[in-house]
Amino acid sequence: MKDKVTNILISGVGGQGILLASEVLSEVLMLAGYDVKKNEIHGMAQRGGSVVSHIRFGTKVYSSIIPEGEGDLLLGFELLETYRYLPLLRQGAKVVANDLKILPPPVTLGKEKYPENIQEKIKKAFPDTLLVNGIELATRAGNPRTVNVALLGSMVGALPIEAELWRETLRRMVPERFLDMNLMAFDLGRQAASAQS
Amino acid sequence: MKRTMLSGNEAIARGAFEAGVKVASAYPGTPSTEILENTTQYPTIDSSWAPNEKVALEVGIGASFGGGRALVAMKHVGVNVAADPLFTLSYTGVKGGLVLVTADDPELHSSQNEQDNRNYAKFAKIPMFEPADSQEALDFTRLALDVSEQFDTPVFLRTTTRISHSKSVVELGDPVTDLPVPSVEKNPAKFVMLPGNARKRHVLVEDRLQRMEVWACQQPFNRIEAGEGKVGVITSGVSYLYAKEILPHADILKLGMVYPLPKQLIRDFANRYDTVYVIEELDPFIEEQVRAMGIAVHGKDMLPICGELTPGRLKKALTGEESKAFFTPKEPLPNRPPNMCPGCPHRSVFLTLNRLKAFVTGDIGCYTLGFMEPLSAMDTCICMGASIGNATGMSKVLDAQEAQRIVAVIGDSTFLHTGINGLMDMVYNKSAATVLILDNRTTAMTGRQENPGSGYTLAGEESYQIDLEALCRSVGVKHLTVVDPYDIAHTRKVIKTEMERPEVSVVIARRACMLVKRDPVKRLAALVVDAEKCTGCKACLALGCPAIEWQPDAGDKGKAVINPLLCCGCGLCPQVCHFDAIGGRHEG
Ligand SMILES: Cc1ncc(C[n+]2csc(CCOP(=O)(O)OP(=O)(O)O)c2C)c(N)n1
Ligand code: SF4
Ligand code: SF4
Repeated sequence: MKDKVTNILISGVGGQGILLASEVLSEVLMLAGYDVKKNEIHGMAQRGGSVVSHIRFGTKVYSSIIPEGEGDLLLGFELLETYRYLPLLRQGAKVVANDLKILPPPVTLGKEKYPENIQEKIKKAFPDTLLVNGIELATRAGNPRTVNVALLGSMVGALPIEAELWRETLRRMVPERFLDMNLMAFDLGRQAASAQS
Repeated sequence: MKRTMLSGNEAIARGAFEAGVKVASAYPGTPSTEILENTTQYPTIDSSWAPNEKVALEVGIGASFGGGRALVAMKHVGVNVAADPLFTLSYTGVKGGLVLVTADDPELHSSQNEQDNRNYAKFAKIPMFEPADSQEALDFTRLALDVSEQFDTPVFLRTTTRISHSKSVVELGDPVTDLPVPSVEKNPAKFVMLPGNARKRHVLVEDRLQRMEVWACQQPFNRIEAGEGKVGVITSGVSYLYAKEILPHADILKLGMVYPLPKQLIRDFANRYDTVYVIEELDPFIEEQVRAMGIAVHGKDMLPICGELTPGRLKKALTGEESKAFFTPKEPLPNRPPNMCPGCPHRSVFLTLNRLKAFVTGDIGCYTLGFMEPLSAMDTCICMGASIGNATGMSKVLDAQEAQRIVAVIGDSTFLHTGINGLMDMVYNKSAATVLILDNRTTAMTGRQENPGSGYTLAGEESYQIDLEALCRSVGVKHLTVVDPYDIAHTRKVIKTEMERPEVSVVIARRACMLVKRDPVKRLAALVVDAEKCTGCKACLALGCPAIEWQPDAGDKGKAVINPLLCCGCGLCPQVCHFDAIGGRHEG
C-alpha cells in the first residue's frame, strides 16, 4: 500500500462542510506517516457551487490533482455532485454517497433536468457503492450540521487507519462545544457503513 | 523538527514568522487572502488589512525603509493596483528585507483575468521565487527576505492557486534572532527618487540583475534532478510537479527562481540533450528567454497558453494520450453555478434593478453574482472600483432618457478600495448617474474580512468606522439615502426616484452579510409555503434564493416549497408573493 499513491475525492455543494472533512482526512493520513497532498478551490465555488477536494497519499506524492480515471475512492455529499465526478474514478473504485438531492438553480428554474434514477446509475457504474442517509445520522447525533463528519465515518472502513487515530484527530480539530456530537456522528457513520457491507 | 500539514498560504505566513518579519500588509484577494489571516496569529508580526494593494505595498515599503522586514501580499490583479510604487521601489531597493507575494490564478477559479505575473518580474526588474509546494513556500519566503537584503532589492514570491490552496507536509524551522533593530537614517540618494538620483539607481538595478544571474547558477534552489539522460526539462513551480508525474524518467532543471534566469546553468543543461522541453503554465515566460539565448526548445508549440496546466493536459500535449474516464454520464448534467446565500442582503437590490430595467455598471464582490439568472441585473464588470467611472462615461455618451437607466453598483469594501475616486470624478465633472453602495459591513467575497468601514481591524480590535454618508457628502454628493434592502418596497421607491433625478445621487443599501463572523446575523426559523394558497405563479423564483425549490408535479402548475435546512427566514420571499402564501414559520 505504501508505495502506491491512493487517490481520494470528496465532492458536494459549497457550504456542506467538505473543507473540514478533507482537512480531517488529510491530517489523519499525515499522522499515519504518509506523504499527503490535498487540494481544493476556494472562492467563488463556495457560494453554493459545485466543490471537489482531491486528497492523494502514499510514500511520495508530487501533484495534488487526480487525473481522470485514476480516483480510488469518492465520498459524495450530494447525489448530482457524486455523479458529476464519477469520470475521475478508475474501474472498480469505491463510492460512498450521501443519499441527498440539492436542486441547483437551473433545475429549480425549470431550465435543466436533474438526472433520473441517479442512485441506480451510480451503483450500476460502480458496484462498490454505499448509499448513506447522512442527514438522518447527523440528526441522530444531535445536529444536522455534523453530516460531514458522519459521512467521513461511513468512509473510513476503506482506509488503512485505526479508528482511534480518527477520534484523536477529531478531538484536536473540532471546537470543544461541538466535539461530542461530532464524535457521535462519526461513530454512527461507521456503524451505518459496516451494517451495510 | 515539527511536521505538520500546511497550505501554501499558511506556509508563507510561517516563513514570514521564522524570518523575523515585523510588518505584514495586504488587501484580500483569492488565492492570497489566508496569508494575512495566518500572519496575524503570530504576535511578533504587525498584520493589517490595507484599503487597497497600493497602500499595502506603501506600508511595506515604509517598514522596510525603517529597517524592519516586511511582507506584502495580494492576488495577481492586485499587483496592477500596486504597480506604481513597485516599479520605483525596484530602484530604491530596501533596508529591511521586503517580499511581495503575488498569488496568480491560472484557470480563473475566482478572478477576472489570468494574467501571468512572472512578467512583472522582468518588467520591474525584480527577482522572483516560485515555490512548488508548501515546504518550498516556507523556505522560499525566508530565502526571499535574506536575498532582498543581500542584493538590496524587493523580491517577488509567486504562487498560483494550486500552490496557495494545496496542503502538504511541512517541517517547521526556528525563527531567526539576530536581526538589526529598526532605525531611520537620511539617505536621499537612495530614498528620494527624483531624476538625478533615480538615474543613478537605474544603473545599479541593471548591475544587480547581472550579478544575480551569475549567482543564481550556483544556488541550490536551481537544481538538476538526473533521470535517464534522454530528454531535458526546464520547469518551475506547480509545473514541476506535473512534469515529475508525466515524465518520471526525464532529467529536470527545476528553477526555484524564475527571474533572473541562471543563463549559464541553462545553457550547460540544454547542451546535453537533443530534445529540451520548457514546461510552464500560462505565458512562454521562461521559453522566450531561453530561445533568446539561441537554444531550441519545445514549449508553447505543444502546451496550452490558456488555463491551468494539469497532469492530464500535460500528458496529452506531450504524448498525445488522453487520460481515460472509465465511466462518463450519458446525459448533460445541470450546472451548479455559485449563488448568493439564502438571506443575502444583495438579492432584493438586484431584483429591484431588474424590475426597473436599469443598465448596471457592475463591480467585483459577492454581488457580481447578481448578473446571473434569474436576477440578471449586472451588465458590466471590469475591475475593482470600475463601476462608478464606467457609469460616468456611459452617461456622457447616452441621451438623457437612456442615461437615466445607468446605475453603478459597488460593495462597501470595493468602494473604499478604489471606488471613491470615481465618485469624486462623477461629482466634480458634473455627471448624472446613480451610485448604489451595497454596504454589507464586510468584504464578503473573499471570506468576510474587515475593512475601514467595518469598524474592526484584522486582529479583531475595534477601530474607527468610516462614515460612508459623510464621506460621500464630503466629495459633494447632495442626494444620499440609506435603505434597508430587506424592505423591498421602500428600496424600490428610493432607487426609482434617484434614477430619475438628473444629478448624482448615492443610495446606500445597508444590511449585514448573513455570514459576518463577528456578531453573526441571527438565523430565524425557516418560512413555509402554504400549498393551499400557492397558485404556482413562480413570482418567488425571481429572487433566485437557493432555499426556494420548485415542485413541478404539485398542483396543476407546480408549487414552490422552501427547504427548511437552507432557509434563514430573512422574510424577502413573502414580500414578492402576490397570494400571501408564504408566512408561517417552520417548527423546530
Ligand atoms: C485588485 C483586486 N483586489 C482584490 C480582488 C479580490 N476581491 C474581489 S471582490 C473583493 C471584495 C468585495 O467586497 P465588497 O465590495 O464589500 O463586496 P461583498 O463581497 O462584500 O459583497 C475582493 C477583495 C480583486 N478582484 N481585485
Ligand atoms: S457571503 Fe454574505 S454577501 Fe456573500 S452571498 Fe453570502 S450573504 Fe451575500
Ligand atoms: S425567507 Fe424566503 S428568501 Fe429568505 S431565505 Fe427563506 S426562502 Fe429564501
